[in-house]
Amino acid sequence: MTTPAQSIAPLTLTPDQERRIDEILGRYPTRRAACIPTLHVCQEAIGWVSPDVIAYVAQRLGMATSEVQGVVTFYTMYHQAPVGKHVLWVCRTLSCDLRGGKTIQEHAEKRLGCHAGETTKDGTWTLKKAECLAACGYAPMVQIDDRFYENLTPEKLDALMDRIEKGEMPTQEETAWVPNTASS
Amino acid sequence: MPDYKNILSNRYPLAQSWTLAVAERAGAYGPAKKALGTMTPEQIKNEVKAANIRGRGGAGFPAGMKWGFLNPKPGQDVYLVINADEGEPGTFKDRTIMEKDPHRLIEGCIIAMYAIGAHKTFIYVRCELVLSIQRLEAAVKEAHAKGYLGARPFGKDHAMEIVVHPGAGAYICGEETSLLNSLEGQRGEPRLKPPFPAVKGAFGMPTIVNNVETIASVPDVVAMGGEPWSNLSLLPPEMKDGGTRLYGISGHVLKPGVFEAPVGITLRELIYDFGGGMLHAGRPLKGVIPGGSSTPVLRPEDKVHAPDPKSPMNKWHGKSHLDVPMAVDTMRNLGTMLGTCCAIVMDSSVNMVEASRNLMKFYHHESCGQCTPCREGTGWLEDTLNKLASGRGKASDVDLLVDISNNMMGNTICALADGTAMPMLAFVRKYRKEFLEAADKGLSPSQTRLDEAVRAALVGAARAQSHASHAVGGAA
Repeated sequence: MTTPAQSIAPLTLTPDQERRIDEILGRYPTRRAACIPTLHVCQEAIGWVSPDVIAYVAQRLGMATSEVQGVVTFYTMYHQAPVGKHVLWVCRTLSCDLRGGKTIQEHAEKRLGCHAGETTKDGTWTLKKAECLAACGYAPMVQIDDRFYENLTPEKLDALMDRIEKGEMPTQEETAWVPNTASS
Repeated sequence: MPDYKNILSNRYPLAQSWTLAVAERAGAYGPAKKALGTMTPEQIKNEVKAANIRGRGGAGFPAGMKWGFLNPKPGQDVYLVINADEGEPGTFKDRTIMEKDPHRLIEGCIIAMYAIGAHKTFIYVRCELVLSIQRLEAAVKEAHAKGYLGARPFGKDHAMEIVVHPGAGAYICGEETSLLNSLEGQRGEPRLKPPFPAVKGAFGMPTIVNNVETIASVPDVVAMGGEPWSNLSLLPPEMKDGGTRLYGISGHVLKPGVFEAPVGITLRELIYDFGGGMLHAGRPLKGVIPGGSSTPVLRPEDKVHAPDPKSPMNKWHGKSHLDVPMAVDTMRNLGTMLGTCCAIVMDSSVNMVEASRNLMKFYHHESCGQCTPCREGTGWLEDTLNKLASGRGKASDVDLLVDISNNMMGNTICALADGTAMPMLAFVRKYRKEFLEAADKGLSPSQTRLDEAVRAALVGAARAQSHASHAVGGAA
């Protein structure tokens, strides 16, 4: 159960990633509780949750691979197949849809030449539909990799994607909500 | 509009409000010092009880009473778990606390841990809220460095740790027992109750699960005293629904966003004062979902019917549903729920078959699949609505929606099925004509677009801005 990580599975993590997992393990009274955050570290490392990742996490945490698989398939944020360099999630739940979620999705599909759930031929973008991302008042919005971009129009989305394709990573603050001072 | 004071959100507008230095200069950790330095756990619990905080996560359970359920056996650890898995469609308020004032939540955790005898808090944040997680983790580090967390917070011999735990994308994990399973590294399937978390929660230990906003209110309760804080509410004290809270508003209003106001403002104030009124003068309000998508929709034309003077609703007899104060009990008496106090506003351009189809798709996607009535029911509702929308439906399908809903309610381990069925029933009951029309001839292409009314403006904006600049503007 506590076999050194390097020898247990084909997945190789950097010493820094290994340290992060050790640190995560220290937070909980059980090893298993580290499952979800450990899977996040692995996904960050190789881009998706491969069978190797599942085998690695199972051995590192003393779980059966079927148990790890069960966790992976339950949650939507683990990619169970390789994805593009960037993942674009368009929120399509009610509040966003009332303010243009579908228009944003259609615009992204046209720009990328692929449908939601697919990856562009050049492997740059994976487009996905998201359920409520807790940004309802700042709709329409998308999540690109680990950032929210809110209060969008097709034009603003294009500008963001242009910059991201050039290697920039616009901050979340650029489009983010600002506190309401109406009542103070 | 009355000039309500921002208390919970008073640090939001400060530059770098999420850092300890700025927050502390504006009053943070004063209440924690007072609580740990001068009060006993019993005294804090009494103030929280007197504050009449109804849980801000949606169920509206009195927080003070929840804390009172703890009765750990000797040798048992007690855990505090913060539910920051904000994801109820329409709800986006807890995020504002975590992004703009994480120290308020951490201070609340410190006071609460001391009061309930816990040494560890797990803040379960949905992993999509990356900025919230980053700000919380940084804030925990800062609090440690200052000695506000660790072995002897504020000189008290009561060690405290806070762990920020990411979820992995599942609406159901906002249900407290599902959240606990997820925290333990399992699939996020709800547990049968009893035992309740206060008896057997995280890692089998007595656990209190509270919403972000509930715990973030605790420092102000300590600072002001429970009763004065409770009296911030516009409601009479006997309603036991106290304090100030965050309201959200989204959909077809001019100024969507999060606002702070006392408990007990009306939906009309929320929509027309805070929300700035309807998005388009020519498209009046058709329906409003008062507190997240699991709360049944209200129509502005519906009036309170409570002629009996003994009825708690008699005060508002004959008034529009929009003119009733928003409170846990009043909303329940209107046949809906206060929920998370985040309203979704729909104007006359919205087809309610399509609106409900959007939400039923959500619930079908998010049902954990553990209980048959929910797993099958949510899918069956979505299929039936798809049939109606595509013109393959018949009038009896409208009754089928009612039938399925009635067979889901009360027949499952957790409340997801009820939170699906109740709004479905309200949509059918209040907009039945639209459902029958859809059964007759399906929905037109424009009816299946919920953004039809705003599309021209969005695409127009694109055209107007093209060739202008590539810079992305701030929030409009």
